[in-house]
Amino acid sequence: MTKDIVSEIKRDYLHNLAENGRREDGRNFNDTRPISIELGLIESAEGSARVKLGQTDLIAGVKINLGEPFPDTPDKGVLTTNAELLPMASPEFELGPPRENAIELARVVDRGIRESQALNIDKLCISPEEKVWIVFIDIHVLDYDGNLFDAATLGAISALTNTVIPASRFEEGEDYQLEVQHIPIACTIAKLGKTLLVDPKLDEEKICEARLTVTTDENGDIRAMQKGNDGYFEVDELKSAIKMAQEVAKNIRGQFTFLQPTAQ
Amino acid sequence: MMTDEIQLIDESGIRLDGRRADELRPIKIEAGVLKNADGSAYIEWGKNKILAAVYGPREVHPRHLMNPSRAIVQCKYNMAAFSVGDRKRPGYDRRSVEISKVISDAMEHVVFTERFPRTTIDVFIEVIQANAGTRCAGLTVASVALADAGIPMRDLVPSCAAGKIDNQVVLDLFKDEDNYGEADLPIAYVPRTGKILLLQMDGHMTYDEFDKALDMLVSACEEIYTIQRDALRRKYSEDASEKLLAEIQNSNLASIEQPSILEGSTDIPPEDSTIITDNRKGGGFND
Repeated sequence: MTKDIVSEIKRDYLHNLAENGRREDGRNFNDTRPISIELGLIESAEGSARVKLGQTDLIAGVKINLGEPFPDTPDKGVLTTNAELLPMASPEFELGPPRENAIELARVVDRGIRESQALNIDKLCISPEEKVWIVFIDIHVLDYDGNLFDAATLGAISALTNTVIPASRFEEGEDYQLEVQHIPIACTIAKLGKTLLVDPKLDEEKICEARLTVTTDENGDIRAMQKGNDGYFEVDELKSAIKMAQEVAKNIRGQFTFLQPTAQ
Repeated sequence: MMTDEIQLIDESGIRLDGRRADELRPIKIEAGVLKNADGSAYIEWGKNKILAAVYGPREVHPRHLMNPSRAIVQCKYNMAAFSVGDRKRPGYDRRSVEISKVISDAMEHVVFTERFPRTTIDVFIEVIQANAGTRCAGLTVASVALADAGIPMRDLVPSCAAGKIDNQVVLDLFKDEDNYGEADLPIAYVPRTGKILLLQMDGHMTYDEFDKALDMLVSACEEIYTIQRDALRRKYSEDASEKLLAEIQNSNLASIEQPSILEGSTDIPPEDSTIITDNRKGGGFND
């Protein structure tokens, strides 16, 4: 539906550029836009990060409460992820409860964090069946210029690295740093014609036939994937997309010293 | 972890339910199982039981979703409250929203949507009993229902998942394996064109494991594709032979009545009133 907003001329232009090995903003196919991450900017949150990926801008905040575990996992803490596509971020976003796109975003981010076992949820249990820490990750998108999956995953994991468990507020002893065992990094690849390109900006994202988000850990192992849009990948394209994602993630890891596990 | 305590695959490579690593659960598909829907199908995939119904092309609601140049495909995946061990709270949760979205995307690729501008094709997937792998089974059966509805499509969409148990890549996890599994990789792959239309993954896989899983999935999808086609062939060859039989039995009557039936629903009333009477009878009983 949103695809129609990009004009035919722009669509052809971007496709032609891609066929000739180029992109509108001069990047190579495997370049991301510049990334900046600001940590701990929200004092009222237990952890926070503001991520700018080119013009895409969002804040991830972590809040931690004491609560009851789920009945089927009585000895594990709870992790929950939510994303808000604020109307301020784009004329396409509307007020109201999260819709399809916001839900998909939150769930893809959640899978990356959860499946990489970034948090040791066993350690978030205080007493089984009664008291566990509940970790809420909330993503607020402020400005939307494409590729929310990568920016939001980066925001979530960055915020977790500077999260302090507010134990004293709940009379559970001293506050302490939340341990992060693994660092998942998401990389989204868009397919334009026969071209695969990393970190699509808004127009590229809108006209791409298909996209693939690959979340890898520090060993390059795959922890989560999500294909999107009504286009397709062939088997070989899929394999090269994953290899691209592994390379890009490695590169991003190298840019930020705090993207390191704080515990084993 | 629990995986250390329960052995999911034995020394000779046999799984808890007796399957080999690259073996699918038994799959049965039946096309055209509901009366009201424009098209429908039912699948039993191991212990999964899923119905799919198609309505459309029809008017879009809400109207702002309408696309002036093509049809939209709206899949709604839903699980019955009684389909799982602990009662599932009925209604549309976040998981269903996401699954519906990825299934709709895959469907939209195969339907000739440009043939039906300004309409919607609604696909309802109802999981009556769930035993892991319902999104794949749902997509598999939904594309049979679409074909049953007579909607022009590029192809059927077979779908299947692979996973990892006891550190081994295996095909098509069932519930007990899924609970303790280390990874889940659902895909939809069209054998004829080699296109991957749906792909998700969670868990932990190295690139080599992924590669192996993909190989298994490609041949599994080929197998499922045959089952889908058989379901349609069975339905429509039966229908066709019944019709032929009826035609032969009524051959005398038919040769007289048929012209009047054909003229039947025109706006211009035929001059001969007896034909009109015959016509109404025919319309009323034959439909």
